[in-house]
Amino acid sequence: MAVLNEEQEMLRDMAREWSTNESPVAEFRKVRASGAPEAFNPDAYKAMAEMGWTGVIIPEEHGGSDFGWMSVGLIVEELGKTLTASPLIASTLAASAIILGGSDKQKAEWLPRIASGELIATLAIDEGPHHNPANIATSVSGGKVSGTKAFVHEAHAADLFVVAATDGLYLVENGDRVSLSTRKLTDQRSHAEVTFDGAVADKLEGGGDDLLDHVLDRARIITACEMLGMAQRVFDTTLDYLKQRVQFNQVLASFQALQHRMADLFGELATMRSAVEGGLMALDAGFRVPEAACIAKARASDVLHLISREGVQLHGGMGMTDEYDIGLYLKRARILEASWGTSSYLRNRFANLSGY
Amino acid sequence: MATKAKVETSSPDEAFRKEVRTFLSENFPPELKGKGNALASVEGPGHETEAQKNWRQAMGSRGWGTPTWPAEYGGGGLNRKQAAILNEEMAKAGAYNPIGGMGVMMFGPTLLEYGNEAQKKEHIPPICRGEIRWCQGYSEPNAGSDLANLQTFAEDKGDHYVVNGQKTWTSGGQWADKCFCLVRTDKSDKHRGISFLLMDMDAPGVEVRPIQMISGMSPFCETFFTDVKVPKENLVGEEGQGWTIGKRLLQHERTNLSGGGSMARRGGSNLADLAKKYMETDADGRLSDKVMRDRIADFEIRWSAFLLTARRAAEESKASGGVSEISSVLKKLGTKLGQERAEMSIEIMGLQGLGWEGEGFTEAELAGVRGWLFGKATTIYGGSTEIQNNIISKRVLGMLDHQ
Repeated sequence: MAVLNEEQEMLRDMAREWSTNESPVAEFRKVRASGAPEAFNPDAYKAMAEMGWTGVIIPEEHGGSDFGWMSVGLIVEELGKTLTASPLIASTLAASAIILGGSDKQKAEWLPRIASGELIATLAIDEGPHHNPANIATSVSGGKVSGTKAFVHEAHAADLFVVAATDGLYLVENGDRVSLSTRKLTDQRSHAEVTFDGAVADKLEGGGDDLLDHVLDRARIITACEMLGMAQRVFDTTLDYLKQRVQFNQVLASFQALQHRMADLFGELATMRSAVEGGLMALDAGFRVPEAACIAKARASDVLHLISREGVQLHGGMGMTDEYDIGLYLKRARILEASWGTSSYLRNRFANLSGY
Repeated sequence: MATKAKVETSSPDEAFRKEVRTFLSENFPPELKGKGNALASVEGPGHETEAQKNWRQAMGSRGWGTPTWPAEYGGGGLNRKQAAILNEEMAKAGAYNPIGGMGVMMFGPTLLEYGNEAQKKEHIPPICRGEIRWCQGYSEPNAGSDLANLQTFAEDKGDHYVVNGQKTWTSGGQWADKCFCLVRTDKSDKHRGISFLLMDMDAPGVEVRPIQMISGMSPFCETFFTDVKVPKENLVGEEGQGWTIGKRLLQHERTNLSGGGSMARRGGSNLADLAKKYMETDADGRLSDKVMRDRIADFEIRWSAFLLTARRAAEESKASGGVSEISSVLKKLGTKLGQERAEMSIEIMGLQGLGWEGEGFTEAELAGVRGWLFGKATTIYGGSTEIQNNIISKRVLGMLDHQ
């Protein structure tokens, strides 16, 4: 755990308390059972907004608290621990695009509403099952956007899309000439194919040529925070299980073969946490963010992948039952691993950035 | 977390910085700039040049090779801030610390904690001056990972002990002046029968035989004790307290062996630079072997995450005033990555990276090979990776053995 300031400790404690008491995994199960396509509880999101979580990276002049990325990362990690479903990450990332690339008018129009939680926004970047921002076909002509975006996170409740087109990022309101087709993935959260058929598009003119890259770096780092929370919880749950489950008249935790596997996972988890927190620090310091984002998300993907597999295996048959939570983490893990760049994509990017 | 704000430097610190600069300009021989401490090398002390000797003596007389040790025993008596300033200025001047070895890394801190006044007065100052080399008498042929099984016996003869037994893997034993030893003073109790004893390597009955290793070097020795007389003043702590003191010393050892500290100062792993030198690149300067390129990136990412972890452990320990629980993983992670790096370096260089001796190889290539082989020791000594896993799972994760 990074050494935090007082403000950050308070936020983390508040997030931990809220997610433990108000949003345990049982709450996600309720959302799942409801079958609602937006796949989150609007009251829960309202509660988050009231606690200020929807405005953590938004400047004070636009209704946020401007507490920084470390602060939002701490909240997202806690929410990841209990698989809390919400559009918090999606809206935060969309807000970051507006902060980086928006005009004063665009900021004034959208940021206060995102900060208050009244408006939900999300990124619509990739156009196929693989993360590939270098290959975008969606285009804008005469202020109208046309194209199809694949597997858009939190699309169902989104009022506003940040859309990647051939010549930059655009803000597109959900409404006329925007259509959604649900894609139910293993995590049973909100994902959809979104088609823009001449919808009105408002360009984010600022932020330079690398605006999309900057936004994606933020997506990678903040997604890695959710993954960190998940990996930590799977590890802790598995450790508890090994200490309780008795076979051969001994608790499983007393078998050296399992002790050493857990020691290995503990080490991997430690480096994952350092990599993810390193990403947040890089964002707050504005120093070598692209490299830090590769390190954070690649490590997060590899370690969560390993821990989610070992978690199921070490739970034995119970790990394969829907009754146990462990499988829910496995199914969410793969979605996040594939989002915003798999670890092989990020290794390639890291090598490019490093010039080899 | 990293702070962006620069700490304001008060004027006494600035005065100290000036003092250091003056000292360095007057005492650090320019021809040693950028060199490492040859005396601390695993290949042995070799020959000390006049310049090296002068530098060692200059630093030793100020106690600055052991900057935070108490001045009354010959240390620098500096606070942490001053020690950091000293480090910074030495780095700027390209100066190395000529005072090192096991006396500094392990034995000194332990003796300062457990030794009596006479022992500290006798043994600490020569360590600070870099005059005495210490070696470690811990492992025995039947006491490796199961260290407490050690059998070397110190028989009580009134005012002295008579020691008989064999130690092994005595690093630098052939060059050492003295040895801090774990010996058995009571055969009836495995752990409480162990005592911590200081021995002279030139005492009658001490015999040292270097062991030739796969690297071709002999950094380790077998050490035999036959009826060696050791005065009782050389017992550190109480009889039977050796296991407690010995384990404390191992904590100092582990901190030093994780490699995170020294490797972190060297920055990146340099595998990519090595690959660009020894392998094909395309028109854009990218590695043509895309599989190797991917493996290097994978290593670099894991290596960066390790360095961040080493830094985090240090920051957490500093903030809490205790030892961070992730410190327990640093030794096993750092040594494993170090070995992986060495293996990849060799692979990147091809057969040019496997030269043993003679023509056709650069000094760096030959050193790399020896380093790769010597590096196999790192996951075995100082508590093997398997022992580290036992420590992590039992003490940190609370996974207890069969009841």
